[in-house]
Amino acid sequence: MANIISDETIDYVGILAKLALSDEEKEQAKKDMGRMLDYIDKLGELDTTGIEPMSHVFPVQNAFREDVVTNGDESEKTLKNAPGEKDNMFIVPITI
Amino acid sequence: MELLKYSAVELAAAIKEGKATAVEAMEAALSKIEETESKINAYVTIDKEAALAAAKEAQKKIEAGALTGALAGVPMAVKDNLCTEGMLTTCASKILGNFVPTFSAEAVINLEKAGAVVIGKTNMDEFAMGSTTETSAYGETKNPWNLEHVPGGSSGGSAAAVASNECFFALGSDTGGSIRQPASFCGVVGLKPTYGTVSRYGLIAYGSSLDQIGPLTKNVTDCATVLEVLATHDTKDSTSVKREDTDFTSALVEDVTGMKIGIPRDYFGEGLDAEVKEAALAAAKALEEKGAVVEEFDLSLVEYAIPTYYTIAAAEASSNLERFDGVKYGYRTSEFDGLHNMYKKTRSEGFGAEVKRRIMLGSFVLSSGYYDAYYLKALKVKAMIKKAFDDAFAKYDIILGPVAPTTAPKLGESLSDPLKMYLGDIYTISVNLAGLPGISVPCGKDSKGLPIGLQLIADSFQEKKLIQTAYTYEKLRGAFVMED
Amino acid sequence: MAKQYETVIGLEVHVELATKTKIFCGCSTAFGGAPNTHTCPVCTGMPGTLPVLNKQVVNYALAVGLATNCEITQYCKFDRKNYFYPDNPQNYQISQLYLPICRNGYVEIETSAGKKSVGIHEIHMEEDAGKLIHDEWEDCSLVDYNRSGVPLIEIVSEPDMRSAEEVIAYLEKLRMTIQYLGASDCKLNEGSMRADVNLSVREVGAEQFGTRTEMKNLNSFRAITHAIENERERQIDLLESGQQVIQETRRWDDNKEYSYAMRSKEDAQDYRYFPDPDLVPVYISDEWLSEIKNSQPEFREEKMARYKKEFDIPEYDIGIITDSKHMADLFEETVAICHEPKKVSNWLMGETLRLLKEKGMDAEDIRFSPENLAKLIALVDGKAINSSVAKEVFEVMFEEDIDPERYVEEKGLKTVNDEGALRKTIEEVIAANPQSVEDYRNGKEKAIGFLVGQTMKAMKGKADPGMVNRILKELL
Repeated sequence: MANIISDETIDYVGILAKLALSDEEKEQAKKDMGRMLDYIDKLGELDTTGIEPMSHVFPVQNAFREDVVTNGDESEKTLKNAPGEKDNMFIVPITI
Repeated sequence: MELLKYSAVELAAAIKEGKATAVEAMEAALSKIEETESKINAYVTIDKEAALAAAKEAQKKIEAGALTGALAGVPMAVKDNLCTEGMLTTCASKILGNFVPTFSAEAVINLEKAGAVVIGKTNMDEFAMGSTTETSAYGETKNPWNLEHVPGGSSGGSAAAVASNECFFALGSDTGGSIRQPASFCGVVGLKPTYGTVSRYGLIAYGSSLDQIGPLTKNVTDCATVLEVLATHDTKDSTSVKREDTDFTSALVEDVTGMKIGIPRDYFGEGLDAEVKEAALAAAKALEEKGAVVEEFDLSLVEYAIPTYYTIAAAEASSNLERFDGVKYGYRTSEFDGLHNMYKKTRSEGFGAEVKRRIMLGSFVLSSGYYDAYYLKALKVKAMIKKAFDDAFAKYDIILGPVAPTTAPKLGESLSDPLKMYLGDIYTISVNLAGLPGISVPCGKDSKGLPIGLQLIADSFQEKKLIQTAYTYEKLRGAFVMED
Repeated sequence: MAKQYETVIGLEVHVELATKTKIFCGCSTAFGGAPNTHTCPVCTGMPGTLPVLNKQVVNYALAVGLATNCEITQYCKFDRKNYFYPDNPQNYQISQLYLPICRNGYVEIETSAGKKSVGIHEIHMEEDAGKLIHDEWEDCSLVDYNRSGVPLIEIVSEPDMRSAEEVIAYLEKLRMTIQYLGASDCKLNEGSMRADVNLSVREVGAEQFGTRTEMKNLNSFRAITHAIENERERQIDLLESGQQVIQETRRWDDNKEYSYAMRSKEDAQDYRYFPDPDLVPVYISDEWLSEIKNSQPEFREEKMARYKKEFDIPEYDIGIITDSKHMADLFEETVAICHEPKKVSNWLMGETLRLLKEKGMDAEDIRFSPENLAKLIALVDGKAINSSVAKEVFEVMFEEDIDPERYVEEKGLKTVNDEGALRKTIEEVIAANPQSVEDYRNGKEKAIGFLVGQTMKAMKGKADPGMVNRILKELL
């Protein structure tokens, strides 16, 4: 395997992705990611010099809204699925 | 149970003529579900009362002459990653186990306006990540043709529901083959439209630049009819394309004279099951005999599609799935110590292994120092793949090949080796990367009696060519039935 | 000899745009709604929702870019900035990294050290976050998404500033320009303009920049000035004691006049930017660009020059009036009605400024209309009311934008021009104040002032003081 994924990398990606993996999952993730990256490295065989990265497959542009208020008070709907709610707001663990 | 033999279009006609009612159709579908669902598990959610009430409402409107569409009164199943107002929408994930949307997907609204009635929500791979419907948090769906096999995925529940007559048609979504491959495994018709043809508003995103909603139906006529309803320009989706040529049923013409069909040699090489190969080539032969011009060619870059796809899809998914954090909706872990611990525990407990695998990969390929080497590189190869198809469509109207290298594998065979599972998407994935339309039509059965799918691919916005070719082939093939 | 240090400052300024709706949905941007009442599935990150760009946001961003001499990126895109925080409902912010709408601009500033140009590295469009309210009793925070999705532009300067004075001049210049464009009200205290300060120090003469820190939570010019001084000292102390400055984000606590590092092991500061696949690129045609160019307003410098030519008012007044686009508009519109620039200016420079200061308001908050101010001036000119009544009426007008004509009528404030009635009142005042009458007759000129006052009091202020004076003198 060309790509060796370190414990540090898995921990770092876990912080980015907000995933806490068990030790067993971490070992598996290291293996899986290494194998996938080896496979993705295949793209390196291709010379892509001068090729524009294509994020949109069609040249669609300028999809706009006019600046007109269309929404009323939807707070009830907004909070309908909230795991925790107080005073019409979402409850989260204290952030300070 | 005669009603269940009808296709969606036949059923709508019967209802229109007063030979049947929307309520009878719904009752028939529900009793079929009662009978087979415990074995197949095609649905995540069924709300019988709501379905019957909606059918009654539709019947009233039909009788009053207010509903005259080609699908009026027809019961449909909706993949569980499409939002349905007031009805549980889980993406087959624990993290959305209790999520009830406050709005419906544009695709669902369009079909409801045309008179179709929702039965329930179909099972899928969690967040559409998988090719077998085994990554669902709500149990695997089984292939109605053989309960020991997978139905394919990720729209496996939709394909199985259509194949087992648990609905008259279903909606699926296709990011890398998720409509076409389960359609192929379950012996039904499945179409992935040109990117931008069906609004993605209300589709819970996996890979936003690749996702398209499309129909899974009993035949090509139903497929064209449903697509005609689905294809609308939606100002809520910036990537929605304004199209004038959405009268897809006009392409239900039995004629392929002069249709130029290219067969990519790369789609028939190593790794392709011999029976699948034979069936696909026999279909090509039949079309040739009917007047099509069939020719082999080299598509190029085929082996680069999977690494390109998994880089782009995983990257987009890692970002799309960040919103599932236990704050606004869905699952929240019961015990936690502070904000970040809440995020991590919620997401680790709420997502399954395959979803986590792709989120990790996606976060990595976007992370500092790797973006250019992986993500940007993949976007460049995507441009090259698109170019390869452009070149091919300069010569051909249709590209013909298999949908998948094999027929449906046995349950439990695929998940042990994710990379091997990913390789099964080789013929479907590049279609999503290039934004093209593709259709899967049953073209035979293997020695185990499992269906084989034929894939037809057309240039962007050329669904009519697909439908015409698929319709002609369907007529040549004759009835495709499951022996009891 | 102690080393001499130079402070190097660059600013990241966030400005909330004055659109009616949010950047990607049709929710109102109005301030002050009850929590989550200005929200919808899009701006609360509901699964399945998609953003659609508000065209007015692009118009405003272009207008600011052109006014700050930027190059316009005619093909620009939006990117996702990924980070988890509860005020950010999708856990990514839609912003612009790779192709921001404006680049390479500059503005001219003037300080005690003279004129100088401050470079603008880029301006990009992005969405604002929601608001977190801390409930320390319950040990939790509460999230309100009313501000989530409010459009912002972020103006990133080059590290061209060397002092707090330059920073303030730069911010004033931006505020003025953007207010003149009507693109934002730019209030630091309300958060519609926010400045993060990037600061480093280096020895005078050094070519390399030092390591910089980023300071957040600066809600006033005072806080900015103090934070700059404080951070400069902190960094110099570190260097002098042989330590190193760490590149980090710090939060200013204005009460304690102290900043602290916002570090957390859960913040990787790796935002994994990538082009947002849900939004299509924005292509700004030459036609669109020239449309915006042609609708750029007269900016302050041009306005001041024109006022000097057109109106006979002091330069100082011109400076104050044009300091606010709103006040300048009010001035011009009122003058257009009453053709009395001097009088209009006096009302603005006198009573208006006094009341603004008293109530802690900005010129942008003035609510009375030019029509009503013109009417008030006409009432005084026509001697329908006297100047002290006019001031009373003005105060009410300032608060509620009442029609002064109707108000004077309804409250019976009109000057009494009936000389007979006035004469009778004055006779009574003379009779009741023999001592003052005596004093006046003995040559105490000042005593007449008291008698005038008594008369005005008896007339409830509704008399023309000139007439009162004349009649008093006659009778005495």
